[in-house]
Amino acid sequence: MANLQELLKAKSETILEHWFDLIIATYPAESVQYFKRTKDAFQNPVGHTIHREMKAVFDELLTGLDRERVSPFVDRIVRIRAVQDYAPSQAVGFVLGLKQVVRKALAKELEAAAGARGLLDQLTDFESRVDELALIAFDIYMACRQKIYEIQAQEVKSMYYNVLRRADILCPIPEQEEPDMPPEK
Amino acid sequence: MATQTPKPQEIAKGLSHQPPSENWMDTKPEFRSGMYCHPVKVASLEGMGGAFAREWNPTEADWKLPADWKGIVKDGLKDRLRRFRSFQVFMDICVRCGACADKCHFFIGTGDPKNMPVLRAELIRSIYRGEFRTAGKILGKLAGGRKLTEEVIKEWFYYFFQCTECRRCSVFCPYGIDTAEITIIAREILNLLGLQIDWIGTPVNACYHVGNHLGLKPHTFKENIEYLLGDIEENVGITIEPSFNRKGAEILFVTPSGDVFADPGIFTCMSYLILFEYLGLDYTWSTYASEGGNFGFFTSNETMKRLNYKMYAESKRLGVKWILGGECGHMWRVVHQYMDTMNGPADHLEVPRSPITGTVFENAKSTKMVHVTEFTADLIKNGKLNLDKSRNDHYTVTWHDSCNTSRGFGFLEEPRYVLRNVVNNFYEMPDQTIREQTFCCGSGSGLNAGENLEQRFRGGLPRANAVQFVHEKHGVNMLANICAIDRAALKPLMDYWVPAVNVCGLSELVANALVIPGEKAARSTNLRGEEINDLREEAGLEPIEWPEEDEEGGEAGEEGEE
Ligand code: SF4
Ligand code: SF4
Repeated sequence: MANLQELLKAKSETILEHWFDLIIATYPAESVQYFKRTKDAFQNPVGHTIHREMKAVFDELLTGLDRERVSPFVDRIVRIRAVQDYAPSQAVGFVLGLKQVVRKALAKELEAAAGARGLLDQLTDFESRVDELALIAFDIYMACRQKIYEIQAQEVKSMYYNVLRRADILCPIPEQEEPDMPPEK
Repeated sequence: MATQTPKPQEIAKGLSHQPPSENWMDTKPEFRSGMYCHPVKVASLEGMGGAFAREWNPTEADWKLPADWKGIVKDGLKDRLRRFRSFQVFMDICVRCGACADKCHFFIGTGDPKNMPVLRAELIRSIYRGEFRTAGKILGKLAGGRKLTEEVIKEWFYYFFQCTECRRCSVFCPYGIDTAEITIIAREILNLLGLQIDWIGTPVNACYHVGNHLGLKPHTFKENIEYLLGDIEENVGITIEPSFNRKGAEILFVTPSGDVFADPGIFTCMSYLILFEYLGLDYTWSTYASEGGNFGFFTSNETMKRLNYKMYAESKRLGVKWILGGECGHMWRVVHQYMDTMNGPADHLEVPRSPITGTVFENAKSTKMVHVTEFTADLIKNGKLNLDKSRNDHYTVTWHDSCNTSRGFGFLEEPRYVLRNVVNNFYEMPDQTIREQTFCCGSGSGLNAGENLEQRFRGGLPRANAVQFVHEKHGVNMLANICAIDRAALKPLMDYWVPAVNVCGLSELVANALVIPGEKAARSTNLRGEEINDLREEAGLEPIEWPEEDEEGGEAGEEGEE
């Protein structure tokens, strides 16, 4: 029986390339070549980070999906996209795109296996992991947006804090319970 | 933020955010929350005698431009082409080689082609060709020219207030074209139509009428510093009584007002106070020239001159010999590049000579202004400071070259010299991100407003990325710099990208390392009120043995106890 993990491993280079192309294509056409070709990690932090972390995420998906382990990789990609003027769906949508990329890369094998449940079942499993990954990405996206608002509030506070303190019009705020938040990672 | 939701097949094709494939000249910017700065308040613009003060909103179609806006822009452009030779040359000589294209932090962080310096300049160059050059007038787009429309003005507002005038692009241009100067002119022209942002316009007005960007009146300014003196007494255990507006002092000290009241700038300010007290310097603060920064620089040539003038005026009124300046970025670009020709020669002042070391600052012969970092470097070189750099051992520091001090002022070695003398753990970021090639904080040139935070985070991404690298590689936990805007802007930038890294001014590290004669128990806390030994413990270091409590029965010891 064909083993999906082996197949994905064998084709990982093509899959990653197409997955990367897919996310990079969400940037303006004139900039795509720059994001793809500029190899220097410091001259091209966006392209470089996305490339590096996508590979790490993919490797993780091959063997399972450990939320804690995969989160830092997804975080580095989503953190960038969360400030790049994308709608939430656009910021995290690249995760779901992996399903089509994989199906395309395995088109021949899937056709050959048509009828035999083995490979398809494995693919279904893999795709549910991708769905779960999308949810993780969305949690991270929300945490990033939340962070932006917190920082915004903090910036205003630190600007006026000393003026208020000097005017002696601050009163200590009693300890409050943390509001319910979605888990950060 | 964009609102349209992509369809699944679009996600697969990855086309949802693809810009229209039309020629770049035909695409329009969208003004979305988080990506632009708010327009200037009417009162602020009027306060400076600015033209066409009005309520308007960038997200609305009608910007209420004056009736003859086209004529105003054309005349404004013509006038500047005549007055500024560099501008004329920059309009003509770009060969569009693309060497600058991917060097701008805003391009790197956004991928928006109009953030490529070459295209940013082309936004105005195309009008220059289309309206002033025969070929462009006749051939239009074929000759790279286009006509002036309201859309062009909106595009200018969007992209010229998304350039921090950092000059990184100019380092890579084989012709030395400085897109920052093109932005400066473009903003001047926008100003002619009353198009200014509030984060620049309001501080400028406050500075002109009150003396500093924050509009702190003289007594408030003084009280703010006195408050910091209270903190110093509590946390360091020394009592300082600086003077204000004192005639006959040897030196006038001027620093950006952000140092006087905003975190973490106040720690830098406390450090100046401690250093000057340690030296017994004969200096005074001015509550009128209470701003070293100059947002006029981001407005127009004339406004910059008006705001800058007060430093010389105050030095004359107080009869000081020379001026010492605090840690700031654009303040020093203005002093270094323009002050002398704008408001000099300062014949009422003497060539600065350090009263402690006797060093004559030949480099400041003309402006008569010395940077606190070179002043400090000279003190260290002459062995005038008793420094124990192990007191900063819980910090692993990297150095951010501010655009203005590095590319605008050539200040590369002095801060590093000081840094190496006050910390043991110092690691540089990669070569292509420091010194002349340093990456901007993303918030310079008056763009450090609150409302455009996302834009700032995108622009600051390349800087943060390099900090993250040294954080992961060397455990860097402190980003030091000598710029008030950096101190304010890098903190939130780090909170978002590399939260484990804190931000400080160089002088703060100097004050930490300074061994003060007769130190008391209070010295066991740093300027931020943190227990130094707690920080050391966290870093796995041995505690420092601080002096015993209240040795001489001084009050400071008691206060330090709490
Ligand atoms: S001056 Fe700086 S911000 Fe402006 S275009 Fe050049 S690199 Fe970009
Ligand atoms: S590097 Fe200079 S000549 Fe080349 S495109 Fe940029 S501005 Fe033009």
